[in-house]
Amino acid sequence: MPAPAKPRLAVWKFASCDGCQLTMLNLEDELVALADRLEIANFREASSAVVAGPYDLSLVEGSITTPEDAERIREVRAQSRVLVTIGACATAGGIQALRNFAHLDDFRRAVYAHPEFIETLATSTPIADHVIVDGELRGCPISPRQLRELFSAFLGHRSPDLPTESVCAECKRRGNVCVVVARGIPCLGPVTQTGCGALCPSYHRGCYGCFGPQGSPNLPSMLDHLTALGMTPPEVTRVFRTFNAAAPAFRAAADRASGLSGAP
Amino acid sequence: MDAGSEGSQVLRREEFPRLFSALEDAGYQVVGPTVRDGAIVYDRLHGVDDLPRGWTDRQGPGRYRLERRGDDALFGYNVGPFTWKKFLFPPRERLFTVQREGGSFTVVPEPVEAPLTAFLGVRACELAGLAVTDRVFQGGPVVDPGYAARRSRVLLVAVQCGQAGGNCFCASMRTGPSVSGGADLVLTEILGPGPHRFLVRAGSPRGAEVLSPLNLPPAPEEDERTVGELLDRTTRSMGREMDPTGLRDLLRETLQHPRWEEVARRCLSCTNCTLVCPTCFCSTHEEVPDLSEEKVERWRRWDSCFNLGFTELHGAPVRASGRSRYRQWLTHKLGTWHDQFGTSGCIGCGRCITWCPVGIDLTEEVAALRVPVAPAGPPGRTA
Repeated sequence: MPAPAKPRLAVWKFASCDGCQLTMLNLEDELVALADRLEIANFREASSAVVAGPYDLSLVEGSITTPEDAERIREVRAQSRVLVTIGACATAGGIQALRNFAHLDDFRRAVYAHPEFIETLATSTPIADHVIVDGELRGCPISPRQLRELFSAFLGHRSPDLPTESVCAECKRRGNVCVVVARGIPCLGPVTQTGCGALCPSYHRGCYGCFGPQGSPNLPSMLDHLTALGMTPPEVTRVFRTFNAAAPAFRAAADRASGLSGAP
Repeated sequence: MDAGSEGSQVLRREEFPRLFSALEDAGYQVVGPTVRDGAIVYDRLHGVDDLPRGWTDRQGPGRYRLERRGDDALFGYNVGPFTWKKFLFPPRERLFTVQREGGSFTVVPEPVEAPLTAFLGVRACELAGLAVTDRVFQGGPVVDPGYAARRSRVLLVAVQCGQAGGNCFCASMRTGPSVSGGADLVLTEILGPGPHRFLVRAGSPRGAEVLSPLNLPPAPEEDERTVGELLDRTTRSMGREMDPTGLRDLLRETLQHPRWEEVARRCLSCTNCTLVCPTCFCSTHEEVPDLSEEKVERWRRWDSCFNLGFTELHGAPVRASGRSRYRQWLTHKLGTWHDQFGTSGCIGCGRCITWCPVGIDLTEEVAALRVPVAPAGPPGRTA
């Protein structure tokens, strides 16, 4: 009897910087073990040799910003048994979702010598706004540990262990002294999902919210807190308008801080 | 035990290194307070110079600042962001490894590293906290082997507080500031009048053994009086108070109090209060397989009742609202803890107040819960 075929993996890129795909390449030695268990069938960041679909697992990086991509993601979905979005762009629209809160034409004219050649959507939207998504890895970029956990869960036919707790929990486990309480540094840790290993607070910086909103974020209280630390409404708006600007909870927080809406 | 070690003895400040050496000579590695990253943390100490000499901590709700004292006190602060719990119940701990072997598997237990360790600078409230975790981890029919092994190798060197912090309320919880038991050695720092010195007494045969080679002189009666006055002053200067009477009943009877909704509006569900608490003991497990699936490790990590995943059953959390989670934490800590472990889970250290980013103060919450609510609306329509 022939050995059962290895599950086929595809990695797709939409509007993104490739950093999350690089996280996969950075698994280095473990990639060899992974290649023993999975057929890396379509991963252009790593190889131009492409095996046609369908695929058992598709990892999707990037957001939807063009009409072509809005169509292409449907094709990807149709060829994929399990589709997992990776990174802030794919899960929340990414930094490019800042266009959602401004006028696209202003950007187009400011950036391009020939704006007439640029055809793009007015918004940057997460993959889940377009197709059904089976799972997501947050982060800008994603965490290698969580990526590894995703592969291992997929291969073991189990749910991945991806906690939705706050960054604070990881800070406390690491033994970091809280930068907010001990130094008065604004930090998005209390409303941000864990996964990075509390990287920035470990270097005495406040959390920038790369992993998006935690499982049960209390943004109204967070806004009061940031204001009490001395941040102005434009500053508060700005800290929520970064990599996860279009994540609903962060978007509502920024809107509320900038006076756009009554309550998140 | 000789007569001298039964009462207090005097250790002059300049002789403090001798106590440190005595601990090391007796085989103990010393962990205790040291300044790091703007706070006084508990870490491995390599000598007296690692102690936070001349530093104090100023604490308020959601606020902690290190400040210089006007003297050279070695223990002139209260409590920091971390607790002794982390040495006994590590934040992340591998419990065992399962190795595939052909069609079968073997379980490789994790060796427990339990070096002889002296905890130097344990506060009275923290001794009460250790008594609580002792009960939780090794006081019942199921004993946590890692905790028990490490705990059995620990020598507790307590230091009674010469001042209270802004969020301290051990006097309310009857856990301090004086040490009544549970320590192997008990120190009190006297900054004056007279020379900078410590009163030391042994609280156990092990403590007496460490102390005996030092041949310290017995303490004069006036020093004992000075210590008494110092502790009285500390008791009177508690930054917070919480009436502990009837707390168990109060929390049972106020489950529908509107205050829970009010505090939930401020609570960030960030888990800080639980992870800085000396008695919170919740954990979760994770299986970490390697990609070849030849071996899998089981790890335990600190968890918190403020996490949604903590009560997730069949894909949804039982305690979905911030209100239900805060209420669960406080009713357990101050109420049902009595039913479960025969004591309060709160030792009055105030860490949950200090390290809550938005400064939620449980003493204030309890006071608010004591205010009766006028009954409103028909039965079944509670807030």
